[in-house]
Amino acid sequence: MFGKLSWSAIPLSEPIPLITSIVVLLALFGTLALITVKGWWPYLWQEWITSVDHKRIGVMYCVLGLMMLIRGFSDAILMRTQQAVAINAPGYLPPEHYDQIFSAHGTIMIFFGAMPLIIGVINFVVPLQLGVRDVAFPTFNNVSFWLTASGALLVNVSLFIGEFARTGWLPYPPLSEATYSPGVGVDYYLWAIQISGIGTLITGINFVTTILKMRCPGMTYLRMPMFTWTAFAASLLIVAVFPILTATLAMLSLDRYFGFHFFTNDRGGNAMMFMNLIWAWGHPEVYILVLPAFGIFSEIFSTFSGKPLFGYRSMVAATLFICVVSLMVWLHHFFTMGAGAAVNTAFGISTSVIAVGTGVKVFNWIFTMYGGRVRMSVPMLWSLGFIFTFVIGGMTGVLLAVPPADFLTHNSMFLVAHFHNVIVGGVIFGLFAGLIYWFPKAFGFRLHEGWGKAAFWFAFFGFWVTFAPLYVLGLEGMTRRLQHVNIPEWRPWLLISLFGVALIAISVACQITQLVVSIRDRDKLRDDTGDPWDGRSLEWATPSPAPFFNFAVLPSVEGEDAYWRIKEKAIETQRLGPEPHYEPIDMPLNSPVGFFTAFFASATGFALIWHIWWLAWAGIVGAFIGFVIFAWRDVHEYEVPAEKVAVIDRARRAARQAALARMEARREALDGGVAS
Amino acid sequence: MSQADDYDHGRDLAPGDEPEESAGHWVRNYLIGLGFASVLTAASFWAVGAQLIWGPAIPVAIIVLAIAQMGVHLVFFLHVTTGPDNTNNVLALAFGLLVVFLLIAGSVWIMGHLNQRMMQPMPMSQMLDMQR
Repeated sequence: MFGKLSWSAIPLSEPIPLITSIVVLLALFGTLALITVKGWWPYLWQEWITSVDHKRIGVMYCVLGLMMLIRGFSDAILMRTQQAVAINAPGYLPPEHYDQIFSAHGTIMIFFGAMPLIIGVINFVVPLQLGVRDVAFPTFNNVSFWLTASGALLVNVSLFIGEFARTGWLPYPPLSEATYSPGVGVDYYLWAIQISGIGTLITGINFVTTILKMRCPGMTYLRMPMFTWTAFAASLLIVAVFPILTATLAMLSLDRYFGFHFFTNDRGGNAMMFMNLIWAWGHPEVYILVLPAFGIFSEIFSTFSGKPLFGYRSMVAATLFICVVSLMVWLHHFFTMGAGAAVNTAFGISTSVIAVGTGVKVFNWIFTMYGGRVRMSVPMLWSLGFIFTFVIGGMTGVLLAVPPADFLTHNSMFLVAHFHNVIVGGVIFGLFAGLIYWFPKAFGFRLHEGWGKAAFWFAFFGFWVTFAPLYVLGLEGMTRRLQHVNIPEWRPWLLISLFGVALIAISVACQITQLVVSIRDRDKLRDDTGDPWDGRSLEWATPSPAPFFNFAVLPSVEGEDAYWRIKEKAIETQRLGPEPHYEPIDMPLNSPVGFFTAFFASATGFALIWHIWWLAWAGIVGAFIGFVIFAWRDVHEYEVPAEKVAVIDRARRAARQAALARMEARREALDGGVAS
Repeated sequence: MSQADDYDHGRDLAPGDEPEESAGHWVRNYLIGLGFASVLTAASFWAVGAQLIWGPAIPVAIIVLAIAQMGVHLVFFLHVTTGPDNTNNVLALAFGLLVVFLLIAGSVWIMGHLNQRMMQPMPMSQMLDMQR
């Protein structure tokens, strides 16, 4: 009836997971009870859970990603403290538990922390920057989100029921085969990634289509903002490589469930094929993460320097160059596998070459700031911290791209320091910069500057104090994923690294405080005009928060930096353009199909993990019934009357007019002062 | 997507989104495609069984017929043409081919290289056997 599932799956004898489980479950039930008592369910259901508004979906992605970042960070705290105390000692985490923690840390941070945040920001920003009202497939977008959430749910359920993989964040066979990992850990990994992978693929298709097919009049390719370009490149990569991940993990599943021999040691299986295929996905994946982050930095450098982006076209070229070359470098993840000099050299060179594209970008960002009036606001601090951190991370990467050097540092702490250097310094810094930059557009008020600055400085120094010692340890010969250490000389470095983690924890606390303080002071931080940073692209042409239809009338674009031109014209002529003729707008209807699909997908995933076959079939049938009901829906859109559009848009125009008047008054006062 | 009409500049259409007025034209196109596809399928089966083709050339013939089959599918069923409204589709196809080529050629090269190096200690004749 319940397959492999029994009471022994609950970790009653292990205090750490048990206490965590109880605390998390209490928090969860507390939240649900609060929502029920306050009667928030109808609001949540109508405005968020079933919403097909790209902005709402983007916010939900970001909330999911931030929660998972905290989960992944708590794993990191456990690992750092374990290594700091387990020097010629067992420490407090037994090996089987420690192995699950480093596997969960990597899986959660990449798949359920960084990916949802990147996709969330893309979701929120891209349609606004393109000057359109929604993505190409709005309901599909909602399905994507809930499938990702379903994967995240499965990974976190593994904490309470059963175990997680002990194989690292990529389950290398033969260790991940049924012979050596008979438990459910690897199965949790496989089904969580498969379900969320479908969601990611759908997102990729959605945004390729949106960017190619839905742009406002005049928005030609070479007028699209840089972030949209990078989102396009990342979506192309998603469409190109996520099928490889799905196929590879499906082959591993066949090995585990049906005794196939794709990656086994015997009967013609070849474990190295798994490394080959998984990294053919895995390397483009890091560019899926970092390219949109590059886009965020491009927007911020240009906005906060008050200048157009330097070398816009070279930036577009560099983005597409990285997009294509990232498909040709995957072997550098396994130089030591045993391929010959010819193969290793070819991939070593292609890996070094890809750094050229990034180098072009770094110089463009620096030249964007040159001669500009740079404002040191919080997003700008993260961006500057990024340049410093990412360039050093990139240089250690080029070092690792040299096969002989890689043979010495392979799987060492040097490697761990390198990829955290580029992923934290590139992706995470970029996401924090982007979240603060676009927060007013989502919620109508800015975030508190002081706490934001504190969070940045603690994160910046915390990062370096944590990971610089790991570079040293790697060169001293410490390998990654050690549950205990037997060389006492390493202790000082491990303690320094632990201190760095404490600094990062303070930064996390600052971020949370920043959010709380900003919500408390929201009236003081209110963004009345919709353009808090003196922005350049079309998202700043909408009021904050943006109305559900984004644009009352689709804007007409005449060049790069679309909104900047509109603004310049208004300032020059001292008036807004004539009031447009408002027409009714068709908007897509909400749909619960995403939520139900993900519900049944979670059930199927859980059932397959525990070999509960009837439940697996029930889930598949349920999801299919949901799809059929949705497919028979007759009405897809509803009409927003022109009067309603006019009311919302007139408020926006009034705010802009007032801003214009303020600006004029200030200028007159200034002129008067100079004259007298 | 009724909204797409507002945004589009009317040039680049997705496959299947073409105007409806020429439905008869499409039916005829599909029928021609079906004819070609059936002929090519029948020809492949025939090529395997017939004595007319020199033995070792049969795989080549099958490959040629398969590629022709793909072309027929692309042109008649997926509507990938060289028309100006089709740039995106052609570029998407090219990108897809590039990715597939990189993955397959790269994997074959990497794994083949690895295989050769693993087989070093064996006598040459046995090694060739293994590779076959």
